[in-house]
Amino acid sequence: MPLRIRDETLRVTNEPAITPKLVAEHGLKPDEYQRVLDLIGREPSLTELGIFSAMWNEHCSYKSSKVHLRTLPTTGKCVIQGPGENAGVIDIGDGLACVFKMESHNHPSYIEPYQGAATGVGGILRDVFTMGARPIACLNALSFGDPKHPKTRHLVSGVVAGVGGYGNSFGVPTVGGQVRFHTRYDGNNLVNAMAVGLAETDKIFYAAASGVGMPIVYLGSKTGRDGIHGASMASAEFDEDSEGKRPTVQVGDPFSEKLLLEACLEIMAKDCVIAIQDMGAAGLTCSAVEMGAKGDLGVTLDLDAVPCREENMSAYEMMLSESQERMLMVLKPEKEKEAEAIFRKWGLDFAIVGRTTPTMRFIVQHQGKQMVDLPIKELGDQAPEYKRPFTDMPKLPVIKAADVKAPMPLGPALQALIATPDLCSKRWVWEQYDHIILGNTVQRPGGDAAVVRVLEGPKALALSTDVTPRYCEADAFEGGKQAVAECWRNLTAVGAKPLAITDNLNFGNPERPEIMGQFVGCVRGIGEACKALDFPVVSGNVSLYNETNGRAILPTPSIGGVGLLDDFTKSATLAFKAEGEAILLIGDTHGWLGQSLYLRDICGREEGAPPPVDLVVEKRNGDFVRSAILAGTATAAHDLSDGGLAVALAEMAMASGIGASCEAKLEAGHAFWFGEDQARYLITVEAAQAGAVLARAKAAGVPARRLGLTGGDALTLPGERPILVTILREGFEAWLPAYMAGGVN
Amino acid sequence: MKSAVLVFPGINRERDMARTLKIISGQEPAMVWHTETELPKGTDLAVIPGGFSYGDYLRCGAIAARSPVMDAVRSFAAKGGLVLAVCNGFQIACEAGLLPGVLMRNARLKFICRDVYLRVERSDTPFTRGYNAGQVIRVPSAHGEGNYIADVETIARLEGEGRVLFRYSAPDGKLNADFNFNGATNAIAGIVNDKGNVLGMMPHPENHVEAAIGCTDGRGLFAGLADHLARAA
Repeated sequence: MPLRIRDETLRVTNEPAITPKLVAEHGLKPDEYQRVLDLIGREPSLTELGIFSAMWNEHCSYKSSKVHLRTLPTTGKCVIQGPGENAGVIDIGDGLACVFKMESHNHPSYIEPYQGAATGVGGILRDVFTMGARPIACLNALSFGDPKHPKTRHLVSGVVAGVGGYGNSFGVPTVGGQVRFHTRYDGNNLVNAMAVGLAETDKIFYAAASGVGMPIVYLGSKTGRDGIHGASMASAEFDEDSEGKRPTVQVGDPFSEKLLLEACLEIMAKDCVIAIQDMGAAGLTCSAVEMGAKGDLGVTLDLDAVPCREENMSAYEMMLSESQERMLMVLKPEKEKEAEAIFRKWGLDFAIVGRTTPTMRFIVQHQGKQMVDLPIKELGDQAPEYKRPFTDMPKLPVIKAADVKAPMPLGPALQALIATPDLCSKRWVWEQYDHIILGNTVQRPGGDAAVVRVLEGPKALALSTDVTPRYCEADAFEGGKQAVAECWRNLTAVGAKPLAITDNLNFGNPERPEIMGQFVGCVRGIGEACKALDFPVVSGNVSLYNETNGRAILPTPSIGGVGLLDDFTKSATLAFKAEGEAILLIGDTHGWLGQSLYLRDICGREEGAPPPVDLVVEKRNGDFVRSAILAGTATAAHDLSDGGLAVALAEMAMASGIGASCEAKLEAGHAFWFGEDQARYLITVEAAQAGAVLARAKAAGVPARRLGLTGGDALTLPGERPILVTILREGFEAWLPAYMAGGVN
Repeated sequence: MKSAVLVFPGINRERDMARTLKIISGQEPAMVWHTETELPKGTDLAVIPGGFSYGDYLRCGAIAARSPVMDAVRSFAAKGGLVLAVCNGFQIACEAGLLPGVLMRNARLKFICRDVYLRVERSDTPFTRGYNAGQVIRVPSAHGEGNYIADVETIARLEGEGRVLFRYSAPDGKLNADFNFNGATNAIAGIVNDKGNVLGMMPHPENHVEAAIGCTDGRGLFAGLADHLARAA
């Protein structure tokens, strides 16, 4: 028998009655609503219902994912702060910390691509500077639908402009990322944004409030009606009517965010701050509850003091607004005036909107009425948690290379592959991002990992985002492993020591056992790879319900990795450096065609088991490559991934303008050249040193072989006519600009 | 060289500029907040850096051009003081009446960040004495509104008086529409005022002064200025 006691003190006359329909519209299932009733012993007010809806949706509560996320390795020598705060924090030496996180803004970016993507970038930047870090770089991972889908061009255009529009104005370089196309993202594109910041290790700021009676200060932009229920929208599937949800997408203001950054860092430097939390998903609600709950304190808010952009906003609207560029802070009372002066100088709103209390209650007052009275700890802690049923997908057969007929010779296949949507140059995208501002970008977009100098150097961070969704779809566990290994490999290929990752897990509806199976498999794979590679997870985000009309996206656990270079002048790039250097292939090549881009885009078959990842081999080969780079032996380095050996070779040639010729005695089979076996790299060394390097590899148990020599103006594969590097480049650069101009599909 | 870097809300390349001035001259520039009514005493170079002052929500540079500090810059320039205005700074200088013309949306309507080649048109100015006339330098560009436009008479006067200091060109110095990426009139990338003491340019020489970070082609501009000021002193 459900409790239905009404607390008249919490009722506002013109508010609707709490009906099952209204409860359902708030995304709460009947059993979840019962949990609310059990917890508070009465019927909630409308504002309270809104708060439960915001706190208990998938996006904020991680109710389907939590039990699995707990299995991930989150500790390590370098870890200062793991998951659970605004962003992860790792120690990079010299008293400095790197603060970073990746987060999705998928649903808003489909409904309103420019603003959705822009506010995604804004949100993740805020997560980083909330912790006291100055952002030094952004990256992203973008997944779009089939290029032939009528909306894809519009979405690419809007999302890219939005990512650029926000980051460029805010003043942070966007240095890297991924862009992919697949029909399974039709109607549900993914926008994953990563921000990286720098702080002093002894000046990191956290969300937990401390001290009773401390002023809670509202900072930043005013509150409007935008974004109400954004987090709930992000926790539901899409259908034809989803575009009607445009009003729930927030509007970004990078100018205000830049002011907020400068003002926050200034008051942090003046030691005014006890605790700070940005207002992201579910705005004022989430931030206030989190600060209180983490500090074992109650919070009382007075909404009459909240700076509003619009008139007559109700408590419900203010508590659920997702207006951007806002912060909540607990200040040291004696610093109130000083802090206020700093915010006024930057032209930002500053208002004391509440106090911490000893009661452990979350109280909200508005126009003389008490609108909310809830137990603060339980709002977060008692959120439902599900062990959802899951099924593992059956293992797919291993495709034998002998069973794949090559539809064309190697050369034409290579030229076709590098001109496909997934492998072609993404210059059209990253040229719209300011990737050089702040003057520290050592390696720009287009390489294996971006390299960003730390302060005046010589230290630098290597940054990369990676995942191969088609592998995850074919085998969630191996795909999860591969996403981490690929990221680790990209950082290694520039000579960095990989330190830690952030994960942004994008999946379909977790209430379907097969989707939950993908999630569980990927998380297991990620965990296993992180453990084996000593590459812990320090922050992350889960985005579920990425489905449209019942069709899920490809499982897409984006991995954002950070690595450290002690001296950035020793970092390697993928471009060939000189003629007549020996090209060495590191790692074993069996010719794994299953799930390869060659099989998909040249043979038209999206089939088979993906390449397995042997983490021991991965580490051994990577460590060898890194040491060759740091010793100065390897003059260029490149990881092998999508498209395999031939594509990697072409990329090294195109980056330099120098050609290469392969030894005639090499295998000429398509599987050798386009297979996607893991744990492989190409390096170049001075020809005279090749023998010694191969001997060292052998001694280290690392498979290595000589492929050929750099030189000339063409790439020559065995038994093939030479292809001019300029011709390769033309094909590589052509597709995306032509597509965006409407010329090709 | 005693430089002053102006800071407006939304400016975001002031740190890049300050670091470069320090690298080249060895002296920290003064950072001057937009509400100031005068430049620090002894300033011999005023720099308006790049960014998105006031979010560029009105016309680029329009609000910053009306800041109190810009009165100080105008009187500094009127007395012959050197002013370097880069990117958003160029837009602000145009809006403030320090330079003629206006910067419109790029020809393809997109923000573009890429290295561009600039042909240095003359070397007998304080801003370009570190280069040779006809020399081509590579510096980064990063803007959405850098398409320089002015009326026909103004363009004719700029050209006639040799006030175009930098033009977008091919790496060999030839003018070529493919390299005039923002569609600027006559491929104009940088101009000076009639007295020759205010330079506005869209690309960012301050981002190419370290070999480790790309290239040092931007050094000449700052080294030339430092040299000019040292001789004048």
